[in-house]
Amino acid sequence: MINLELSPGHQNISKMINGMAKSMIRPLARKYDTKEHEKAVELESLAKMIDQMGGSLGGGGKKDKEESGVPQIKNGSQMMGVIGAMEMCWACTGLTLAIPGMGLGNAAIDAVASDEQKERFGKVFAAMAITEPGTGSDSANICTTAALDGDEWVINGEKIFVTDGGQCTHIVVWATLDKSVGKAAIKSFVVPKDAPGLEVVRLEKKMGIRASDTAAITFTNCRIPKDNILGDPTIAKTAEERKKAFGGVMQTFDNTRPAVGAMASGVARAALDMTREILEKEGVSLDYGKRRWNSSALQAEFYSMEADYEAARLLILKAAWLADNKIPNSKEASMCKAKSGRVGSYITLRCVEICSSLGYGEEYLLEKFARDSKILDIFEGTQQIQQLIVARHQLGLSSRELK
Amino acid sequence: MTEQAKLFDLTLTEEQRITREMLKKFSQAQLGAISRSADEAGEAPEGFYNKTTELGLSLIPIPEKVGGAGMPRSPVANMLNAEDLGKGDMSLALGMVTPLAFINTVIDNGTKEQHEAFLSAFIVEEFVPATIALMEPRATFEPTELQTTAKKEGDNYVLNGVKSMVLLGDTAQQILVIAEEDGVAAGYVVPAGTEGLGIENEKNMGLKAVNTSKVTLDNVKVPALNKLGSEEAPFDLQRLLDLSRLGLCAMSLGCAEAMLEYVTVYVNEREAFGEPISHRQSVAFMVANIAIELESMRLMVYRAAARAEQGLDFHREAYLAQVICAEKGMEIGNNGVQLLGGHGFIREHMVELWYRNLRSVGVLEGAACI
Repeated sequence: MINLELSPGHQNISKMINGMAKSMIRPLARKYDTKEHEKAVELESLAKMIDQMGGSLGGGGKKDKEESGVPQIKNGSQMMGVIGAMEMCWACTGLTLAIPGMGLGNAAIDAVASDEQKERFGKVFAAMAITEPGTGSDSANICTTAALDGDEWVINGEKIFVTDGGQCTHIVVWATLDKSVGKAAIKSFVVPKDAPGLEVVRLEKKMGIRASDTAAITFTNCRIPKDNILGDPTIAKTAEERKKAFGGVMQTFDNTRPAVGAMASGVARAALDMTREILEKEGVSLDYGKRRWNSSALQAEFYSMEADYEAARLLILKAAWLADNKIPNSKEASMCKAKSGRVGSYITLRCVEICSSLGYGEEYLLEKFARDSKILDIFEGTQQIQQLIVARHQLGLSSRELK
Repeated sequence: MTEQAKLFDLTLTEEQRITREMLKKFSQAQLGAISRSADEAGEAPEGFYNKTTELGLSLIPIPEKVGGAGMPRSPVANMLNAEDLGKGDMSLALGMVTPLAFINTVIDNGTKEQHEAFLSAFIVEEFVPATIALMEPRATFEPTELQTTAKKEGDNYVLNGVKSMVLLGDTAQQILVIAEEDGVAAGYVVPAGTEGLGIENEKNMGLKAVNTSKVTLDNVKVPALNKLGSEEAPFDLQRLLDLSRLGLCAMSLGCAEAMLEYVTVYVNEREAFGEPISHRQSVAFMVANIAIELESMRLMVYRAAARAEQGLDFHREAYLAQVICAEKGMEIGNNGVQLLGGHGFIREHMVELWYRNLRSVGVLEGAACI
């Protein structure tokens, strides 16, 4: 039955997380934006609370119970994940990304690790290392290598843009077993931070999400145990199997993209809420009274932004709902990421402009929202990559036909 | 509602699924097939509306006492119908649901006596045209600031003013005129042929297959019974506006869907520089964005309709649905023509017709009340 409201349970959780984020994260937002690279110690108690609630970004956390009998519609862990991301990032995107145990590496472990590995890595703080100096969106082209030597994998290469790479305890590293084979030889490995040969060479200075560190990391004959590889250690033999293997790796994105879309949606709402508050204080009513073109330019623009914000939010919820109900959502995951990413940037930037000196100044957080939001249209697949994926689905074209 | 029913959910009920299947076929065969010729002719072909009565749209909500089916009103079902019909042709779809908009508004605002008086005329086999006259010919027209007036004189009301974009105004047997009496809006049922009522056909950029009329009211007298809305139960203009917005937006979904399907095929077939133009990102990304914004529009309309169905407040959601459907629907119309290049401008292809029709989403008010 068509219903696009959150379930009563999720409405409550959403309020609860918002309350927590409002009291525990928002007050720290400016502090850790200014003190870039300083560890936000206050987040540790928050991480414990979230862990007890069984939540995590990227749709990890407690697995949904399998029910027997007639398949019933589910609002499960994916829906929970995006709701959580929205509410947390409403408070602060940077700090949300810095919460221990909620890294993208954790999402990958949740998605593909064996039971034995989940036992070992379930409680770690795992970052994700894919990008290299010469490889960004074309992740099939990575150069970091992994070679088996006795009971250990030996990893060599350089990774950049590793979110939480400084603070994390483990890193999920993408590396190739044989570059000549292409995508099928790319595997992911859980590398403890103290593994010999691993070095954090620098923390980037960024425009936004300054509370979350972004690291460059080198691996020089870095050795890790043989059973730290995630997924099948062999290279698929047939073309069909190879396609499937890399597809499996990429499927993680079907879960993480709605989560990143949700982050953009959260920061967009933060900007809208703050702008509404400021405007109403100055006597501007935003009550959807008159037709758009009989409203003031300010009201009309605000309504347009709200419409885009709501649409992005619904696209995210749909992508999560599909995943919860085991319906393929690759296209919808990219759709929601594309829409949310661009809407997040647009709205936060416009709110700065609309609120004039209050928006541009550091007294309010609007300028920070506008700096933070930009990355959400870039990482976990840029706007352009999302459009490419949606276009290939829509037009029925392969990556060779539509480059 | 059961716990299961309170979940976020996008699955259709079995009944909705079956109805959609049927309606999609109907829409393609009866509307889509004549969309171009009706647009060129500037009217629906003879017998078209009578053929649509097999769907029973008008009779469904009319109370059993009056002779209708007395089915509970379902904004979601009506919205889905509008989407499917709009895919065939927006203007014909508008014509089809115009009497239903009249009926729904009478049901929402009328007393039992008024249901009997104004709805029994619909209990026949043929299509009975009836309409709502809300808009007025001004750039700054605002539904809550009407210049059409009603004045009580003895047992009658006297109406004065000018209305525009009145769908099926030329054939409507009853026109629900929205007018203000001392600043308070209410609906007044004006039978066709009433003295002082002037009907003049209009021509528009699009929506050509459905008649729209300019209606002038020059001291038009109707009995007090014909006024919908009283001091105790005021006429709900907001609900009329919001449900009409949803009806029109739902039709724009169908139209945008047709556009997406058309350009998807076209850009894959059309070759330039030795390969299909769909292999170019500048083309493919436009198609991707049509798909993304169409889905945005759809979820906004579905949410508002679902809220209406559950009895939740849905004014904000309907307002924002119209904002996004007007904006992105037109963007889809514009880019759809662009993707076909010069061919898109030629009336041989449907895209220019959809372009013209999609502009109406930000214009038309108070018409397709679902």
